[in-house]
Amino acid sequence: MSDLLIQLRGVTKLYGSGQAELLALKGIDLDIRAGEFVAIMGPSGSGKSTAMNILGCLDTPSAGQYLFKGAHVEVLSRDQRARLRRRFLGFVFQGFNLLARTSAQENVELPLLYRGDSAGVRRAAAAKALQAVGLGGWEHHTPAELSGGQQQRVAIARAIVTAPAVVLADEPTGNLDTQRSHEIMGLLMALNQEQGITVLMVTHEPDMAAYARRMVHFVDGRIASDVPNLYPTNSAPDAALPAEIL
Amino acid sequence: MLYSVFMLALRSILRNLMRSFLTILGIVIGVSAVITMVTLGNGATQSIKAQISGLGTNLLMVRPGQRMGPGGGGGGGGVPQFKEGDAEAILSQIGGVAAVAPEGRSSLTVVANGRNWATSVIGSSNAWFDAGNWKLASGRLFAADEQLAGAAVCLIGETVRREIFDGTIGQTGLGEQLRVRKFSCTVIGILAAKGQSGMGDQDDTVVVPLRTLQRRVTGSVKVATLLVSMQDGSDGTRLKASLKQLLRERRNLAADDDDNFNIFDTQQLAETLSSTTQVLTTLLGAVAAVSLLVGGIGIMNIMLVSVTERTREIGLRLAIGALEREVLLQFLIEAVVLSALGGVVGIVIATAASWGLSSLMDVPYAFDPFINLLSLAFSAGIGVLFGYFPARRAARLDPIEALRHE
Repeated sequence: MSDLLIQLRGVTKLYGSGQAELLALKGIDLDIRAGEFVAIMGPSGSGKSTAMNILGCLDTPSAGQYLFKGAHVEVLSRDQRARLRRRFLGFVFQGFNLLARTSAQENVELPLLYRGDSAGVRRAAAAKALQAVGLGGWEHHTPAELSGGQQQRVAIARAIVTAPAVVLADEPTGNLDTQRSHEIMGLLMALNQEQGITVLMVTHEPDMAAYARRMVHFVDGRIASDVPNLYPTNSAPDAALPAEIL
Repeated sequence: MLYSVFMLALRSILRNLMRSFLTILGIVIGVSAVITMVTLGNGATQSIKAQISGLGTNLLMVRPGQRMGPGGGGGGGGVPQFKEGDAEAILSQIGGVAAVAPEGRSSLTVVANGRNWATSVIGSSNAWFDAGNWKLASGRLFAADEQLAGAAVCLIGETVRREIFDGTIGQTGLGEQLRVRKFSCTVIGILAAKGQSGMGDQDDTVVVPLRTLQRRVTGSVKVATLLVSMQDGSDGTRLKASLKQLLRERRNLAADDDDNFNIFDTQQLAETLSSTTQVLTTLLGAVAAVSLLVGGIGIMNIMLVSVTERTREIGLRLAIGALEREVLLQFLIEAVVLSALGGVVGIVIATAASWGLSSLMDVPYAFDPFINLLSLAFSAGIGVLFGYFPARRAARLDPIEALRHE
């Protein structure tokens, strides 16, 4: 439970140059162990999204080191980072980002397609992932036929279908109402507790952050506080049986 | 990997069926235009070749005149016409000549069986039938004394027989009296049908002995055309040269005078005409190929729109671990599949169109597998060419920016 999964050392991120220069991250040190559930909070412009992009290997730091499982990420090429993402990372976005006019099944299969898995393997894994997010039987519905909460569940299934080490969720409840938000949080918490998937979540809703067991606050490109959440919200309302399905 | 990327491309084409169709429309039109043009052009070339070889192979046509295009009318004014003696001189003095037929021609209306029909009355000798590859359907050719005396006998072509005698019980035409202007002639033979030629319906003809035409119709001993058929395997170029020399002598031309006659070689005529249609075919094909290129630009346009429209999708694919070249390949394959699909649809349409048009235009349907394959390959190539730029743009997107795109 205490393997060091992610280490950030003096990470800075500089955008633009000259007059328009903006130092979004001003030297971040952050350690994340496997199996943690971390909420990253902070006002807009605090650098939390930048940090998330770097943690998700979508962006590279301007200076400093990023070690993922002890390997340096900051020196990797674009394609090497893509390979790292497809192997170890899962993404959940605020806007779901499902392919339109494409069934839930096919949406979930997408990351497996890039791994080169055969159709049979893809189908089985996608069905299992959809089952895990409580959408068994909804395989052939397209996003337009699903509610927002269900769409986000499909997106979570897509993130976990590759059995990643880390799921990065960027405002996963930002587009959902309170009840659906709590369902999604319950689902993320369950994935974290039952499958041991490390979850990094950016949110600005304290209610949602309360599910995490560690809260990291960003202010002005620095980590202002990094505290454990001793009493995480634990009562996910009907996480396994979402109300909208009933 | 390639297979799954191919399936991805196919899926995204099917997801936008209407737009995919509109995208490939340009290619469809281009490909079908190219193939239809070339197929019809080839058919026309074939039919011209067939028509000219129907005139008779190894045939030289000699006509008086300074300058005359192929298939032109009678002799030029002021230029001496030929005489029957010229034909005999050619036959006896030039080696390699199989037959020489002097020919006179007059457009007249013939009457018989209560019907009349405007046709072309030809005066010539029996050699005319050899030179023109004519076969008898029934009856006989002219007798020697009939030719000498200019007897009132005639042979009729299939069209004349059909128009005058068809549907009348007991009248095959043979042995009937046919009224030609002021005289009546007995039909002694019916010619086997030859069909259409470059010069019109060859079967629409009545043949009388040359003397008969001269005495009873034209009233002159002049001969408009000499048909010279060469023996098989004789050297056409040398024969033409000695024919030219002989005619210059007989027509008293000085060394520095221009020829006042023309020699047409049907073989050469066939080549000239078919090379003309081939040039036209190439030109039309090239014009149609431009529309293929325009179709390619259409594909590029739609692919660029599609890349912009699917920016978030591309961002997602990149985020979940698609490599740059996988995204490139996906969009490239999408463009190629689209344009190749356009090629296939174009070929189907072109086959239908050229089949229909060729029967409408009365030319043979000349299916050319080469142009079909070429068009298909070309349209796929257009997909690669015009798909590459949008695909590269997609592949180089920054996943963070792309995911944020609205």
